[in-house]
Amino acid sequence: MIAALPLAARAQEVASDVQLSTTDILLWDVLPYVTMAVFVVGMIWRYRYDRFGWTTRSSQLYEKKLIRIASPLFHFGILAVLMGHVVGLLIPEQWTQAVGISESTYHFFAVLLGAFAGAATLIGIVLLIIRRRTVGPVFSATTKNDKVMYLFLTGAILLGVVATLAGAGVLGDGHNYREDVSVWFRSLFYLQPQAELMAAAPLAFKIHAVAGMALFIVWPFTRLVHAFSAPVGYVFRPYVVYRDRGPHDAGNRQPRRGWEKVGGP
Amino acid sequence: MKVMAQMGMVMNLDKCIGCHTCSVTCKQAWTNRAGVEYVWFNNVETRPGQGYPRTYQDQGKWKGGWVRTQRGKLKLRSGSRWHRLTTIFTNPVLPELKDYYEPWTYDYDNLISAPLGEHTPVARPKSLITGKPMKIEWSANWDDDLSGGPELAVDDPVIKKIKNEVGDRVKMEFEQAFMFYLPRICEHCLNPACVAACPSGAMYKRSEDGIVLVDQDACRGWRMCVTGCPYKKVYFNHRTGKAEKCTLCYPRIEVGLPTVCSETCVGRLRYIGLFLYDADRVTEAAATENEQDLYEAQLDLILDPNDPEVAKQAQRDGIPMDWINAARKSPVYALAKKYKVALPLHPEYRTMPMVWYIPPLSPVVDALRETGNDAEDAGNLFGALNALRIPIEYLAELFTAGDVVPVKHSLGILAAMRSFMRDSNLGKPTDASIPAAVGLTEEEMYSLYRLLAIAKYDDRYVIPEAHSETARDLEELACSLDYDGGAGMYEQGPFGESSGRPAPVAVETFHALAHRQGTDTIVDASDEDAKVNLLNWDGRGVPLGMPTMPPKTAEPDSAGDRAAASTPGRPDDATRSGGAS
Repeated sequence: MIAALPLAARAQEVASDVQLSTTDILLWDVLPYVTMAVFVVGMIWRYRYDRFGWTTRSSQLYEKKLIRIASPLFHFGILAVLMGHVVGLLIPEQWTQAVGISESTYHFFAVLLGAFAGAATLIGIVLLIIRRRTVGPVFSATTKNDKVMYLFLTGAILLGVVATLAGAGVLGDGHNYREDVSVWFRSLFYLQPQAELMAAAPLAFKIHAVAGMALFIVWPFTRLVHAFSAPVGYVFRPYVVYRDRGPHDAGNRQPRRGWEKVGGP
Repeated sequence: MKVMAQMGMVMNLDKCIGCHTCSVTCKQAWTNRAGVEYVWFNNVETRPGQGYPRTYQDQGKWKGGWVRTQRGKLKLRSGSRWHRLTTIFTNPVLPELKDYYEPWTYDYDNLISAPLGEHTPVARPKSLITGKPMKIEWSANWDDDLSGGPELAVDDPVIKKIKNEVGDRVKMEFEQAFMFYLPRICEHCLNPACVAACPSGAMYKRSEDGIVLVDQDACRGWRMCVTGCPYKKVYFNHRTGKAEKCTLCYPRIEVGLPTVCSETCVGRLRYIGLFLYDADRVTEAAATENEQDLYEAQLDLILDPNDPEVAKQAQRDGIPMDWINAARKSPVYALAKKYKVALPLHPEYRTMPMVWYIPPLSPVVDALRETGNDAEDAGNLFGALNALRIPIEYLAELFTAGDVVPVKHSLGILAAMRSFMRDSNLGKPTDASIPAAVGLTEEEMYSLYRLLAIAKYDDRYVIPEAHSETARDLEELACSLDYDGGAGMYEQGPFGESSGRPAPVAVETFHALAHRQGTDTIVDASDEDAKVNLLNWDGRGVPLGMPTMPPKTAEPDSAGDRAAASTPGRPDDATRSGGAS
């Protein structure tokens, strides 16, 4: 119902109702925008200055059997999880109710599909971590950056599973996140963040949201950037690519100090 | 008709002695870095044998190249675009490191740090991948010269194929008769399957000279190209996570120098030159229904640069006149199209490969000599070519999808040349019927002899420089491997090798090298253009920092204007320069 009110009126109502602590303001008003800024600027910076480092850094050459199961399990799982987040966070509850999907029906399917996707992702990443630790060549090719990335990624996934279980009532009383977390999430994008909604949300959702934001903050600086090179254009382009021998930027001169922009095709 | 230029290579297998100089110099130039220890842009494999990576020719297993669909369209053997995108998270048919070999070093430290003991300490092999001690069981050229060995040859995919067709008898005769070397680089195909397989569009064929390259900034490490290439000549750098492949030494080619593998070839068996081809018909030719017609289809694509129509169209399509002239003098055109002695490697992969091979006549000659006959008599040789089915069938599997006619034609010309020129060299009257038997005139025979047997440097390599109108761009052109950890990173920084800033690898360096190789005078060490250092030192003159002898006569440099006052090797001259190029 809150979302239906005019923004200004709602802001007033909220201000009179809820007393937000400094922590709440920082976490639910400030951090999301910091995250977005770091993520967007970071991605642009990485693309302009480190396209050479923009790669999956595959370890398939070292080990084939485990990765053949674990990697698709994880990746398809996480894509399904992503779809779940898109639907759950972006589509208002009123819309699904308007087309006749009741709250209980929605959650039944969300939990059912979410369970499959979550299980695939979780099993996938656990297998991948086991592989990374136990297969010698893979372990020795693991950088510190990778380890930090795994920590953030696995953390966000595990906390997401906990939040889902909490929401579904397996842990605790159950909670309809589409009435607070989702509304807060959308409010960020029309620049009227409703921190009070998150402040009132269950702890599991709060922690997962913070972990998620932390993941997006480190994202541009890890190998996770490869998610943004999904080769969509491949299905549309001709098979054989021709390119002229164009001039390159760097070359017959000393490189400048600092980061140099990458010459594009 | 759209005319495009393609830099091509021909290798005369009769001359290959299997010395691996090409592989070693290529390795030193391009892949002596971490992450590509196992990578050989150029390798020489013994045939019959399994090749590198092992059994790469077995496309049932490795899924390289193209297939023709029922509807007559071309499709990558590894699947349709959509199918391959669904397998993007793991490539189902990527060769593992063990299919190449696990690179290693030795624990040299043990030699000096081992405690005093009864036995001399040894340096044990240590894997470069895991860092742990390892047992060496396979390596590059582990099976060198072991082709007849029953443990190895049985797994040669080509032998397996012939065996199915002709039976076990083949193998025995084959082992007695036959061994040769097959040097391989990237084929720089007209219809490259690796380029077609790359989801990121990072691999491309250069429109000027047809060299297939990987854009290191655009590669995202999906590894589809490794599977796509039926020759397995695209490699995955496991440190950088990017694909790398033979570049046909494009920085050298652009200034008219042959590739490193060609330049250093002891047997002088490599030829480099231009093909002009009709780019509009490539897909159609590659989709030719019958595999054995692919060789002819490929030949049909190649246009005659002496045809005025072709030359006119070539100019309209932006090919500069000096390139058209170079195409007219091209040794690869002569060998592949005019004389038809050079054949493509595995045309049945439908990639239209542009490195061609002159099949080896020596196994036939050797077999003939062992029977006590005159192995260089034309009649005997022609007879032997028809009688010795086994080597020819093997060669046909390699070069013409199993069609023995082109192989016999090629070997026939080589046999005729051998016989005809023996008479000529011994001062006997030459027999005009010998060239006629293979459809050549005496004049053509002499010209082929000059190209194949005399093989002068300038005849073997007819490489036009990247065109002058674009020369300004060229000056700015960087070597694409001068990234961190790349081949261009050999300069010393303050903290040892590959620290500090990357040294620019510029085309100018190669121009200087080309100039030095072409000049007859001793190069002046003080000459800034010469920039002598040991990395590009070719044995002429004196590299910087070496004590030098004063010249006997004060000869002006052929280049004239910059020569007059300099005395080579003065210490003050030698100490300056040597900085960045």
